[in-house]
Amino acid sequence: MKILFISEQREGKWNKVSFEALAAAQQIVSQAKGSVTAIVIGQGVAGLADELAGYQLEEVLLVENALLEKYTPDGYSIALKQAIEQSKPDLVILPHTYQVRDFAPKLAASLNKGMIGDCVGYRYENGKLVFVRQMFQGRTAADVTFQGDGPWIASFQAGAFRGDAAAKNASGKAPVKPVNVQLKPEQIRTKPLELFREAKQAVDLTQAPILVSIGRGIKAPENIPLAEKLAKALGAELSASRPICDEGWLPMERQIGSSGQTVSPKLYLALGISGAIQHVVGMKGSRCIVAINKDQNAPIFEIADYGVVGDLFEIVPALTEAVESKSG
Amino acid sequence: MAIDASGAWIREADISFETNEPDSFALEEALRLKEKHGGEVVAISMGPERAKQTIKEAMAKGAERGVHVVDDKFYSLDPLGSARSLTAAIQKENFDLILTGLQSEDHGFGQTGVLLAELLGRPHATIIMSINLHGDHLRVKRELEAGWFQWVELPLPAVLTIQSGINKPRYATLKGIMAAKKKEITSVPRESLGVQSAPTQKVERIYVPQKTKKTEFITGSPKEIAAKLVEKLQHEARVL
Repeated sequence: MKILFISEQREGKWNKVSFEALAAAQQIVSQAKGSVTAIVIGQGVAGLADELAGYQLEEVLLVENALLEKYTPDGYSIALKQAIEQSKPDLVILPHTYQVRDFAPKLAASLNKGMIGDCVGYRYENGKLVFVRQMFQGRTAADVTFQGDGPWIASFQAGAFRGDAAAKNASGKAPVKPVNVQLKPEQIRTKPLELFREAKQAVDLTQAPILVSIGRGIKAPENIPLAEKLAKALGAELSASRPICDEGWLPMERQIGSSGQTVSPKLYLALGISGAIQHVVGMKGSRCIVAINKDQNAPIFEIADYGVVGDLFEIVPALTEAVESKSG
Repeated sequence: MAIDASGAWIREADISFETNEPDSFALEEALRLKEKHGGEVVAISMGPERAKQTIKEAMAKGAERGVHVVDDKFYSLDPLGSARSLTAAIQKENFDLILTGLQSEDHGFGQTGVLLAELLGRPHATIIMSINLHGDHLRVKRELEAGWFQWVELPLPAVLTIQSGINKPRYATLKGIMAAKKKEITSVPRESLGVQSAPTQKVERIYVPQKTKKTEFITGSPKEIAAKLVEKLQHEARVL
């Protein structure tokens, strides 16, 4: 099996999920004869290619072009299509980032191939490679296989593999090979403008030892003081899943998940949060997770250490009282 | 939700269906653009007979007409097969702008919008939080990870996938529901489109995921639960 791993950088800095995808590629190949080749794409990124060459890889392909300095779905798809056609992999692996979601299906279609995106794992079954992804917002897992000939294209979700498990090369460096791609300015139809952050990060949730986090189960903004009281009793910060911030019930800066902050406090209390994967990737590293939810099948219970199936409007006030009497 | 006899889909008889929530944000954005700049909104859905209900809802909210690509086995299509069918159904319409939700709540592939753009030869941008129309081009706000955003310009015709939360979708009014009864839905059987697309992937089976952690469930009255939980957090998990 020949695997091509496509790394991601922005303005010369790694997207760290890249190394998780690299670890996945290395693990897949370790159970089958083959090799992993990496791609670094951009402009002025030879230093990153050199860094990547220190990992256990067959070679590093350096795809550079002035038109690739800033990411565009057109530029990346056209350039990577040529790189894939030249290197002829059986399987292409990418990290499932927002950027990959933006171009990888297009790249796959331009090769007349399909993509299995957002995978959380893989396994070999009777010699066949099976990819595992989630469906129904995490309520079920699905085993998915590719049909037809490669190159197959798959992306792995953040947190599915450990980035520090990516194996380095103990005895030297992989060769870095520049790849020429043909790209014309008129082929790039979108014009990327400035990158910016919206909210000043007044609260740094990543530093909070305890988080009390609310989801749709809180039902109405009038009920938020219930969670606030518990947070106060615990000395915790208040955070939320995306729908709460979308509704404007809490500011965006308090959002946990793939589009918000990633946290790993010692204690995370999820109140009325179902546990959609976009939320879970932002908090599953917490040391202890407590989930209170009325739906016993909510996916949040899959990662909770302690679970309470019940009405948060009854349990949270009782919990606040119990915490207060402990410390009082 | 229960898994059906094939093991690769859910038992549909057990559940009720509704419009894919991420798509309701895309529809709302389309209606707002029409109200500001004029034009026509066409609602398109692929699926069995019940997909008509989704189109009717969209027309009750303000879409002018609907296109229903009829396919009882739509769920067994791969993302590329779905996108090829939709492309075949809408190609001749030459829409200026195609909007999709970010992803579906069932498969969650999140590929349809991007694939439509490629198959129709249009530029695209994804995970959009704001749309501004300036003559023949768009200026859109893309959401990136970890609180970052980016403005992107692209020419029309184009495809955008809309981030959930971009707006507050309206409810259909009684007047809208009445008006929708007179609006037209064009039904197109998927087989009539002549799309031959060998599947690129197959869902072999679906199942309740295995737990990675053993969850200890705490039961009792709210008071008992609270006392047990505090005790466990203090002395077992040692996080209080």
